[in-house]
Amino acid sequence: MSDALRQTPLHALHVELGAKMVPFAGYDMPVQYKLGVMKEHLHCRAAAGLFDVSHMGQVIVRAPGGYDEVARAMEGLVPVSVLGLAEGRQRYAMFTNDRGGIMDDLMLANRGDHLFVVVNAACKAADIAHMRAGLPGCEVDEITDRALLALQGPKAEAVLARLVPDVAGMRFMDVAVKVSQFGELWISRSGYTGEDGYEISVTADQAEGFARALLAEDEVEPIGLGARDSLRLEGGLCLYGHDIDEGTTPVEAALSWAIQKVRRAGGDRAGGFPGADVILEQLDNGAPRKRVGLRPEGRAPMREGTQIYASAEGGEAIGHVTSGAFGPTIGGPMSMGYVPSDHAAEGTELFGDVRGKRLPVTVAALPFTPANFKR
Amino acid sequence: MKFTEEHEWLRVEGDVVVVGITEHASEQLGDVVFVELPEVGGEVAKDDEVVVIESVKAASDILAPLDGEITEVNEALVDEPGKVNDDPMGDAWFFKIKASDLSQMDDYMDEAAYKDFIG
Repeated sequence: MSDALRQTPLHALHVELGAKMVPFAGYDMPVQYKLGVMKEHLHCRAAAGLFDVSHMGQVIVRAPGGYDEVARAMEGLVPVSVLGLAEGRQRYAMFTNDRGGIMDDLMLANRGDHLFVVVNAACKAADIAHMRAGLPGCEVDEITDRALLALQGPKAEAVLARLVPDVAGMRFMDVAVKVSQFGELWISRSGYTGEDGYEISVTADQAEGFARALLAEDEVEPIGLGARDSLRLEGGLCLYGHDIDEGTTPVEAALSWAIQKVRRAGGDRAGGFPGADVILEQLDNGAPRKRVGLRPEGRAPMREGTQIYASAEGGEAIGHVTSGAFGPTIGGPMSMGYVPSDHAAEGTELFGDVRGKRLPVTVAALPFTPANFKR
Repeated sequence: MKFTEEHEWLRVEGDVVVVGITEHASEQLGDVVFVELPEVGGEVAKDDEVVVIESVKAASDILAPLDGEITEVNEALVDEPGKVNDDPMGDAWFFKIKASDLSQMDDYMDEAAYKDFIG
């Protein structure tokens, strides 16, 4: 078996820009550029950052009966309303398993006669197999000839509007196909940084030219996976395989907002997805534990795996950190993790074990930085 | 100035040795966001973990390069850990150690040897 890392269509550009490349989900990806993680993070919050997210999976699902047939089938795999998604709109979803755990989180877009799906790189192959097995009558096609770029930050709209007409009119979670000098672009007003911005699917042969055109704009800097991680954590957003996985339910993960009423008990299309018995019961009665934000006192980060205790001494760990880092925008450490629901109220004082010392940490509201979406 | 394979620099000042990390180490670490310093007056043995540096990426340790007593720590790094990136060979020293056996310094590289070491 080959261990060779895959490359995105922007690989040569990353190297040319001086990126530090690391293996990530089977791809050779830029973790940071010359600015470094901290400055890249702050630049994205202040202006605009360009991310290569081509490693993620882009999938088109079609059925002979059009969108309604695809949506109905997809509702057998996810607890969200897919039939109720308007044309030209995108929605956050997750594949669940029979225990109510999350197999992956993803984006679904209604593109008129078909569903466009974006999934995580590490789960891509499993997700595609899962859809092929679980969407009877549907055709599941992985799109392998397109790159995916994210342009994120308060200047993203102004920058993109110079290159692509009428993107300013798009609202948060709108999707559109725009014809441009870089060919046909599939654009969504979304991202994963807590900032306003766009994700843009572009054909592989146009990807580098498009990226160079964006980078030529004064407001834009290339941003690596390092800052992408700290940005999404400040934004209170889950990283699959860390904050959510096959052992966490959407209710435990504080993702109940993604489950529309129509799929809940008493709704017109209640249940019918894997693990519905577990998830619907937790929606009604609460889950025993919950994902929360955690703000450590002082400057020491509490990283993934840090055990959380209810008291400064003694007792068993009651929870653990699933993501932890320093938040450049908030100027201090931040973590997310799971604690029992009776310890999950904002303001609850807890303790994290950092190198054998129990340091105080407070349950905090998410996101750590306010989202800047154009709703 | 002497250098260790752990990318520390050591500078003898009177009867104490000042310890910091090299430019190369600072670059490898990335942005430093937290520094945990040892207690002044503490006795340490060579290779004890005495300082924890957290960068945006990960936590790393600085080892005591010599046996001795910690006589002073750079408190400025507690509030401004970023100094480690800005001036690693100057203002951002970590601690001073009164060595019980200065001949331990002989084990370490001079600048030319360190440059070869990092290639």
